[in-house]
Order: sequence, then C-alpha cells, then structure tokens
Amino acid sequence: MDLLRSSVLTLIVFLPAVGSVIVALMPKEKEDLIKKFSIWWSLIPLLLTTWLAIDYAMYYLKGNQMAYQVKFAWIPSIGVNYHVGADGLSVPLLFLTALLTTLGLYYSARVIRKRVKEFFLLFLLLATGMFGVFVSLDLILFYVFWEIGLVPMYFLIGIWGNPKDRPQYAAIKFFLYTLAGSIFMLLAMIGVYLSTGTFDILDAAAKGVWLNAPMFATLSFWAFFIAFAIKVPSFPFHTWLPDAHTAAPTAGSVILAGVLLKLGAYGILRVLLSLFPGQFAQFGWIVALLGVIGIVYGAFVSLAQTDLKRLIAYSSVSHMGYIMLGIGAVGVALGMKNVEGAAESAAMAFNGASLQMFMHGIITGALFFLVGVIYERAHTRDLKVFGGLSAVVPVYYATMMFAGFASLGLPGLAGFWAEFFTFRGAFGIVPWLAVIGVIGIVITAAYILYRIIQSLFLGEFDPKRWTHWTTVFGEHADGPTDMALFEKVTLWPLVILMIILGLWPTPLLAFFNEASVNILSNLHF
Amino acid sequence: MTLNVSAIIRLLSPELILLITAFVVIGVDLARRRQDDGQTAAAVAVVGLLLAAFASVFLYLSQPGEIVLYTMAIDVYGLFFKTAAFIGVALVIIGSVHFMAGRSKYLGEFYALLVFAALAISVAVSATNLILIYIGIEFLSITSYILAGFLRGDKRSEEAAIKYFLYGASAGAILLFGLSLLYGITGSTDLAHIGDALLRSGGAHWLGLVALMMVLAGIGYKASLVPFHQWAPDTYDGAPTPVSAFLSTASKAAGFAILGRMMLTAFPQLQADWTVILGAVAVLTMFLGNLTALKQKSVKRMLAYSSIGQAGYILLGLVAVNASPDFGGLNGLMIYLFGYIFTNVGAFLLLLAIEKKSGGSTDMEQFDGLATRSPGIALLMAFFLLSLAGVPPTAGFIGKFYVFAAVINQQMLVLGALAALNTVIAAFYYLNVIRHMYFSESKVEGGVTASRGLMAVLTINAAMILLIGVFAQFFITWVNSSVAMLVANGF
Repeated sequence: MDLLRSSVLTLIVFLPAVGSVIVALMPKEKEDLIKKFSIWWSLIPLLLTTWLAIDYAMYYLKGNQMAYQVKFAWIPSIGVNYHVGADGLSVPLLFLTALLTTLGLYYSARVIRKRVKEFFLLFLLLATGMFGVFVSLDLILFYVFWEIGLVPMYFLIGIWGNPKDRPQYAAIKFFLYTLAGSIFMLLAMIGVYLSTGTFDILDAAAKGVWLNAPMFATLSFWAFFIAFAIKVPSFPFHTWLPDAHTAAPTAGSVILAGVLLKLGAYGILRVLLSLFPGQFAQFGWIVALLGVIGIVYGAFVSLAQTDLKRLIAYSSVSHMGYIMLGIGAVGVALGMKNVEGAAESAAMAFNGASLQMFMHGIITGALFFLVGVIYERAHTRDLKVFGGLSAVVPVYYATMMFAGFASLGLPGLAGFWAEFFTFRGAFGIVPWLAVIGVIGIVITAAYILYRIIQSLFLGEFDPKRWTHWTTVFGEHADGPTDMALFEKVTLWPLVILMIILGLWPTPLLAFFNEASVNILSNLHF
Repeated sequence: MTLNVSAIIRLLSPELILLITAFVVIGVDLARRRQDDGQTAAAVAVVGLLLAAFASVFLYLSQPGEIVLYTMAIDVYGLFFKTAAFIGVALVIIGSVHFMAGRSKYLGEFYALLVFAALAISVAVSATNLILIYIGIEFLSITSYILAGFLRGDKRSEEAAIKYFLYGASAGAILLFGLSLLYGITGSTDLAHIGDALLRSGGAHWLGLVALMMVLAGIGYKASLVPFHQWAPDTYDGAPTPVSAFLSTASKAAGFAILGRMMLTAFPQLQADWTVILGAVAVLTMFLGNLTALKQKSVKRMLAYSSIGQAGYILLGLVAVNASPDFGGLNGLMIYLFGYIFTNVGAFLLLLAIEKKSGGSTDMEQFDGLATRSPGIALLMAFFLLSLAGVPPTAGFIGKFYVFAAVINQQMLVLGALAALNTVIAAFYYLNVIRHMYFSESKVEGGVTASRGLMAVLTINAAMILLIGVFAQFFITWVNSSVAMLVANGF
C-alpha cells in the first residue's frame, strides 16, 4: 500500500504518456486496435484516481495534508525537484480529468474518422500534461506540464477542427495567447527563486516571496495572474476561447472546457494565492471585478449567439466568471482579517469557486458532448434551423434538459451548489459585485431556456426546414435519430454525477473544504 | 610558464588530430575518389572530428588552465566550445554525404575544408592573443567563403559566397583596425595584459571604447548580430544546405566564444559600456531576426532569419554576465548554444530531404501535409521547431530558461520582457511550419525520403535535444565548471 501511495501520482501522470508511445508504435491501419487500447489504457488512470479519492477521503482528509508526496532532485544545482503531491483541491480535479479523458476517448472512437492514430496518441499525451499540472508542487515542473498540455491541444484543434470554423487560426490563437501569458509567468517564477532560493511552491509560500520588494512582488503577481487569467479565461483575455471551442472536435472541446480552463483557476488557488497573499489582498477586488464583468458579459453574448457551440463557449466565459468572483472575494477577504465573518465568507467563496471548477467540468463537458450529438446528425449547429425536436429525439431532449438546467443552477442539480457557495461567500465580502453578478444568473436562465431548449426542442417539428440529416455513423437518414448507445454511455455518467452531486454535494465539498481550510490557514487567516 | 614538448602536444592534441585528419582526408580522397562518392573521405573526417572531441573531453576532465605558447589558453571554457563545435561539424558531414555526392566533384576537398574549419574554430576559441585571434577568425572565414560557394555553377551558391566574402573582408579589416588600436593603447597583444593595462589607465577610456566597437563589429558578423548581419540571410539561404547548417551553428558558436573571452578578459574595465551596447545589439538582433522571419515563404530563408533571432537570445547571456554560480549568464549562453547546435543542424539538414523531393525548393508548400506523407520526418521537424521555440522538455527550453534567469537575476526587467515578447513572436513562425506539415492538405504526392546517414543524424539530434531537456543537470554541471575557470582567471 505504501508503495502504491508513493507512486500513484507518478503513475497517473506518466501512464497516459506511456500509452501514447505505445500507440505511436502501432501500425496506423489497425485503427480498431488503437481505439480499443487507448480506451482501456485510459481506464487505468481513472481507476487510480478513483482509488486516490477514496484513499484520500479515508486517511488524509481530516488532517488536511498534502499527501502522496514524492520529491527527488531533477536539476539539483538550482533546486528544481520532481515534487508532486495531492490535496483536497487536486484530488477531485484529477478524477475529473481522468473521467473526461476516458469519456472523450470512448466518444471519439466512434466519431473520429481521419488520422485516428495521431488523435488517440495526442489525446493521451494531453492527459499527461493536465494531470501533471494538478500534482506539481515545483514551479518549473508546473511550467513544464503547463506547456506539455498546450502542444497536443494545438494539434487537436488544428487537425480535427471543422474546416468551416477556421481551425488553423483558432489553434495558433490558442497557442500564442497561452504562450504569451506563460512566458512572462516563467520570468516571474525565476523571480520567486531569486527571492526565496527555491522553486518549491510549499517552501516558497512558507518563506514569503519578495517580502521586502513590493514592486517586484506586484510585477510577479501580475505576471502570474495574467498567465492564469488567459487560461481561465477571464475577461478581457477570453477572446481565444470562442474560436478554439468552436473549431475543436467534440472531445477536444470537452477537455478544453472541462479541464484546461480549470488549470488557470487551479493555478490561481495553488500558486498565486499561496505565494502572493499580500498582493492578492490588495488586488483581489480587480480579480472579483473581472469575474463579474465576465459573468454578465459572457451571459449577454451567449444570449446573442445563433451557433449552439459558440453559445456554450461563451457560457463558459460566464461560468468561469463565477470562479474568478469567488477567488477575488477570497483575496479581498485576506485584507479584512479583523472584520467579523470575513473568514467564514472567504471559506465559502473558496469552496464555491472550487466546486464550480468541478461542476462546470461535468456540466459543460456534457453540453459539448450534446452539441456533438446533434452536429454529427445535422452537420450544422445553427439554432435557427432546428425546432420541435422534443418529440423526435426524446432521450436527447431529456439529457439536454438535465445538462441545461444544471448549467443554469437549478437547485437539485450540480450547478446550484457552486453558485450558492460562491455568491454566499461573495455577498459577505464584496456585496455590490455579487449583486451585479446575480444578473448573470438570470441571463443564464434566459439563454439556456430561450436559446437552447426553446429553439432546439419546442414548437412543431418541420421536416422541410432542414433536410441534410444523417445518422451518427454517417448513413443517410430522413430525420433526426435519437442518441445511440455509445452516446448514452458517454453522457449518462455525467448526468448521474450532476444529479448525485446536486442532491448530495457533501462528499465533494468535504474535499474542497479541507483544501480551503488548509490553504487559508497557511495564510494565517 | 614554460611547458615541455610532450605537455604541449597533449594540450594541443585536438588541434593536432584535426590537422592530421584534414590531410588524411585529402589523401584518402585522392586514392578512392572514383569508387565511393566520397564516403571514405567523409568517414575519415567524422572519425577524426570525434577523436578530437574525445581528446577535448579528456583534457576537460583534467581541468587544465594553461597558456600554451603564450597565445592559446587551453582551459575548460575553450574546450567546451571545441567539443560542441567538433560534434556539430561531424553531424553536418554525416548528414551531407548523400547530398554532396551528386553535386560536386571535389568531395574530398569539401570534407577537408570542414575539418579545417573545425580546426580554425578550435584555434580561435582558445586564442588569448590578438594576432592569433585575428588569424583564427580569418582562417575560419576563408574556409567558410569556399564552403559557401562550393556548388560552382549554382548562381545562388556563388552569390552566397561573394556576399559573405565582401562582408567578411570588410569586417576583418575593421577588426584588425580595432585590434591595432588596442595594441596602441596598451602596448600588448595579450588579452590579460590588455585587461590589466585598461584597468590601470583610465585615460585611454574613450579610445578603448572605439576599439571595443570595432572588435564588436569584427566578431559580431561571425555571430550574425544586428547590424552586422546583412550577409547572413542570403548566405544561409544560398549556400549548400549543410554549409548553412555549419555557418549558423558551429561557426556562430565560435563567434560567441571569442566575443565572450575578449569581453571578459580584455574589457572587464568597460563592462558597464559593453553591457549597454551588447544589450541594444541583442534587442535589435532578436526583433529584426524574428520579425523578418515572420514574412518568409521559404523555410530555409525563415530558418536563416530565425538563427539571427536566436543569436539575440544567446547574446543575452553575455549581456547579463555576472558572478552568480546559478544564473551567471555565461553558463546560459553556453547551454543555449550547445542545445542550439543540435537543434539548428537538425532543422537545416532536414531540409536536404525536402530539397531532394522538390528539386531544391524549400517553400512552405513543400511542407504541406508532410505529416501524412512522411510522419517520421514531420515529427522530427516539429520537434526541432518546438525546441527552437523553447517549449519544454527540450534543449531549447533549458537554454532559454537559463538565459532569461540571468537577465532577471541582473534585474534587467525590460530586457527580459522584450526577450519574452520575442519568444511569442518566434513561436508564430515556427508553428506556421508545423501548421503546414500537420494541418494543410498536400498538393504534392508521395513522401520525402532521407538517406540513412541523414536519418541517423536527425535522430541523434532529436535524441540529444530531449536528453539535454530531461537530464539537464548533467550538461549544466559541465557548463558550470567550464565557466568557473574563466571567471576565476579573468573576470
């Protein structure tokens, strides 16, 4: 057991990369073998992360510690270590990553028809980059995994993107935006080393970064923040996201929305909050303000979309705004330690932001799969051509209802708790911003109900309105066909999670709450 | 310090091995010219270069710090550059055997000239005397002129040679003028003496500055630093591709090695001045190289401008030189160059496979759909380009990391920000080639093929890039100890 505990994170991180090497060695004609192998192989990290969640809950949760730590020297002369560990914040996100990776591979096995080998190879490699970021406790290691996740996604968008959506443009835009942020983050990381003599996140946090040089601290804070804000993406750095999401293949969008966006938020909580608490207290209101702008702006823009996928992409901008609002509120609270109830509100906001990371992952993941379902049949995402599908494809309708209502925060489904905690926390700290943010919830309801549910499903179905239907396997069809078995297998686990976590969020909340207690208490809160 | 003959032979063994090798190559070629397309001559040259590289490593292990014949410092700093350059030239030769066989009758001369060029680099990076520095650079230049114009009858190759020659001759004259000024100020041709004399006589400061500028112009052209770079795009573009690979790596490394040694041993007194001057040069070099590369339609020309841009990053290491053991700047320059040699030699030599298929063109269209036509070659190219862009876990990342760290360490924040900005600009054109290879539909049928030698070189280069990126500590230890001696001796 000890052996497994000390190696589990390393296995989770590198097994997908090993898998992609094995795929690389397979002949590319054996598509079936490649698909089957990739899916089965991805189950290993999924099992490991499941075990990790259970094991962490049983043995470590109450001590709220950074568990499963492994540390050995990588570039010892400058103190760069392979240092990994997981706590209540990273364990659920690791599980989310593994789950969406497996579902994405499973779904893609049916719908990816060109350059199969490369797709599955890159998809597995992408998982290594994402897992790596969630477990890194060393800044340089963090940066390496951050960049490793960037390259496969660039290819996924560019090669398998829909030619109509300018995938090449979207791919390079995605890459350059992220790189522009991260290269300055690298400079700031070097600054952390020059200030503290270590690249270790925990050690540097304990020592304090640039305590005697406020100008450097402020510069470093913004360098980190912009890198993370681009990834989240927070307004005004969000413009790459609609293009990338729209162009990416279905499984790529799912991973992009489900996990890659979370890397930014995770980075803020793990790195920025613990290394620069002083600056965070000072500038937290800007973070919260950007969050609120994102919520309202994203929601309004969603409302104006007629392309289903673009709509959901903008809804991500809006929903990631909740996370920024929550995190910003935590920052503001750091500066009001003596105010009664601030600590409690900060913990609430932290929990809300982290819950939203997880919930948005499953909800928007499901929504992007659902876009894929209709797109594979109609080969258009134009909302104007649909209508009255509820009677024709009832299973699809029901699934979309669950995901849509979860997305707008209906109590009883997963999205509610994230919004509840975020706003409950934010009201206690930045009440005015929170009030404005609530407008976003109303508009979210409007675009989900009016744009998606109404224009897709309600009204009379008119078969002449759109005639280019096929089945999901590409055969000719006279009208829309309902979800195939593989689509149900992909989507229903997510729907079940939405319901379970909607009714009983306690287990998940326990993880995040311990993380927030741990991280906030380290900041002497 | 006087050394006995056997000690001198030991210390100069890399140079002696190369000298013998070059003549053996010519002899072998005379005997076997008709039979084997120059393969034996190439093999002899490669063996000689690798032997010389081994000799350098052995010398390095004994940590020497001697001045031989009053003119050459056999120190770890020089030995580092020798090893790197010898390996680089050897890789170029292996990769070019197949390419050169059909194009020239004078194969023995070609390989012998490359060995002579390696010898010139070897002398130049060790030289501590103005005369020998000049001789080393001229020796390197003259071999390079011939190599650049080696494909007689090819107009572009001839243009490359004549441009390089005219520019190099002027630069050589300016360098010589600068060196004579230095002698005039200090009355010595020895770098260490010059350093001492400049230290003592503050009065000759302005004249020292003039000499410094002239030296910079004379050596800067070797390293293709802006504004002494004008020859570089046309020469890299027009010269036979293996020669471009050589000029943009090993020859450039020699330029940086000499520049570093001169600045640190002869001009430490003027460090405040040359930091500003070189800083400005580095910024100009990065921006000009990268911005111009953006617009290129031919990949070879793009790589030519890219290697100017890369020179800008490398120079940052010298700009930010300081006494810190971790991020001293000079170690960044060296680790960057070491990785860059493998990366750029790989990228240039890979063009040979493209040129063979297309009949000489390396336009972007030739790369369209390469990933489906020749997945192996496309993957290698993508890997080289990602390393040039500085994406981990490659050698390019480690190099950029160390150079940037030195810049931040010296609190040159604006310089660091400009370098970071350039990294983003450069990523665009590197990824553009990847875009053509992976995203675009092919207009050409059939894959490209690489000869076995070429494929071996490309694989070795890719493996080295990954090794440097992953097992960085091994190489950094080597580099750090190579810097320590120079710092202790002169700086």
